[in-house]
Amino acid sequence: MAQALTRAMRDAMAEDPTVHVMGEDVGTLGGVFRITDGLAKEFGEERCTDTPLAEAGILGAAVGMAMYGLRPVVEMQFDAFAYPAFEQLISHVAKMRNRTRGAMPLPITIRVPYGGGIGGVEHHCDSSEAYYVATPGLTVVTPATVEDAYGLLRASIASDDPVVFLEPKRLYWSKADWRPEAPTPVPGIGKALVRRAGTSATLITYGPSLPVCLEAAEAARQEGWDLEVVDLRSLVPFDENTVVESVRRTGRAVVVHEAGGFGGPGAEIAARVTERCFHHLEAPVLRVTGFDIPYPPPMLEKHHLPGVDRILDAVARLQWEN
Amino acid sequence: MTVQELPGAGASHRSTPPAWRPRTDAAPLLPDPEPYRVLGTEAADRLDPELMRRCYAELVRGRRYNAQATALTKQGRLAVYPSTVGQEACEIAAALVLEDQDWLFPSYRDTLAAVARGLDPVQALTLLRGDWHTGYDPREHRIAPLSTPLATQLPHAVGLAHAARLRGDDVVALAMVGDGGTSEGDFHEALNFAAVWQAPVVFLVQNNGFAISVPLAKQTAAPTLAHKAVGYGMPGRLVDGNDIAAMHEVLAEAVRRARAGGGPTLIEAVTYRMEAHTNADDATRYRGDAEVEAWKAHDPIDLLERELTARGIIDEAAIATAREEAETMAAALREGMNADPVVDPMDLFAHVYAEQTDRLREQAAMLRAELEAEDQA
Repeated sequence: MAQALTRAMRDAMAEDPTVHVMGEDVGTLGGVFRITDGLAKEFGEERCTDTPLAEAGILGAAVGMAMYGLRPVVEMQFDAFAYPAFEQLISHVAKMRNRTRGAMPLPITIRVPYGGGIGGVEHHCDSSEAYYVATPGLTVVTPATVEDAYGLLRASIASDDPVVFLEPKRLYWSKADWRPEAPTPVPGIGKALVRRAGTSATLITYGPSLPVCLEAAEAARQEGWDLEVVDLRSLVPFDENTVVESVRRTGRAVVVHEAGGFGGPGAEIAARVTERCFHHLEAPVLRVTGFDIPYPPPMLEKHHLPGVDRILDAVARLQWEN
Repeated sequence: MTVQELPGAGASHRSTPPAWRPRTDAAPLLPDPEPYRVLGTEAADRLDPELMRRCYAELVRGRRYNAQATALTKQGRLAVYPSTVGQEACEIAAALVLEDQDWLFPSYRDTLAAVARGLDPVQALTLLRGDWHTGYDPREHRIAPLSTPLATQLPHAVGLAHAARLRGDDVVALAMVGDGGTSEGDFHEALNFAAVWQAPVVFLVQNNGFAISVPLAKQTAAPTLAHKAVGYGMPGRLVDGNDIAAMHEVLAEAVRRARAGGGPTLIEAVTYRMEAHTNADDATRYRGDAEVEAWKAHDPIDLLERELTARGIIDEAAIATAREEAETMAAALREGMNADPVVDPMDLFAHVYAEQTDRLREQAAMLRAELEAEDQA
């Protein structure tokens, strides 16, 4: 996935001279995760810029650059390091189109490596998506596959709206038979995909939890359950129709994500599914999420992150005997 | 690499620490100990009469604009107006030093600077009237939206100036902030970025003494706000903010420097907010009449009028003309503001995303139905 993200920025920069990458350590080092590796060498430091260490400054400067017609791609080094930039994000990035009645859209892509499962120490593993999806004006996407890492990042950079691009850290090193010389076209922002067809229940998920859900669906076959898995890909806009169609087919649904459950995206999705599928539901919509705790230390994170067993337990609670 | 291998370390690694060093000699960056003044000093001998006549007319108009806008709040036509009475010289000078292609980044208090730059007064006041947040196209006027959060517009100015320079365009950004705003993190980050990038930006701090009610002494322990510049590696200038000739000279020099590739400048204009923070504020709770009276004797219009009259640059007729022009402006502003603004409720959903989301389409349909039901009732 890391290579696909790099390739997406490289291709975008090659095609469009207004695309500029900026952030901490993105130049010579190529980013702490090496996602911007080689961009400074190929396009020069003016287009792949090591900035001072200041997230509000980085995003604030990107606002000004976008006001002048550039397409900044900002790297926030880690999920929890993006918080100093929240005032810029919420008060300016998300609202500039609206404040100026469409006269001044801000085509900024904000890449945020997020989530746990990599043994990182505190402040390096937050699932911060609930903050972003609660902010009108932001588009929020998260890839779970290598194809989507490339396709969604290209679409985000091309978008005339600001996009928060959440990169699941633990999928950076995931492998796939992906040929960068001929990237597979993928559906754009705002479309969810059924990653595995099934009939017994729908697992609704995104980002780092997709592989876990697919694994759970395989394991569930032994119980005689045939699970469908929907990958949202985009949290805002939310592809309600794909989700609703799936749940109406299966009659049961579990939402799975790493972020805490209270006020998390799963709460909204469960509410929407309930509103639109009430008469099709055989059981309440359940959620399997991270606990409502600050992200735990590495030695305890396996107890916090929603794993296959916890997902299967939830599926079992969907009352199969009826 | 061992310590011994470091360049210059020599045989004893204790002699010279191989540390990073400041790149710049601090002395030329430091501000003068007293605010720079032109009016009433020998420097006034070199005043440009044409420019000063224009400054005078703009100051008189600016004072009238402040009075009219304040009156409009009392009539309920404006939700709020943060007055710049006493600070007009800063506002006008900031507008006058910029070329057409340059950009102004105003704070919520700087409506007058936007108007002096040529923005229609009614459009400039939509934020404060409440019909829309920004009533103009920022690109058309090269004026960023008035920023209500403090100092957050400063990094935008840096980014825009940086982008313009990358594109090879001759553009300078002038960003305005109050004394309170200098305590914000965005102030620091913007100045640091601007200096590191050598961006063509001028930072203008209007030190009017108070952040709502909190005096400067509780805002900073620095000798002056202009001293902060040296820590970033840019020049700091301290100037009398009520002396429009000094303001113009110092700002113009900073703009020239930025345009020539010399990087950013931080300017502290020492001035005074003669009126309350807004109409919602009671200034008598935190400052005495004596202080206000002392500043009245240092009024920016009086200072200039005295100097120009003594030098024969303006006469009674010129003063009368300036006042008539200001009345004409005020009458037009009254007329524009007395017309009830037309707002379209469906605009609520029009400019959130480039492409409407399903969610917003649904909510727009709900509102439309409510409006139709109201019409029929």
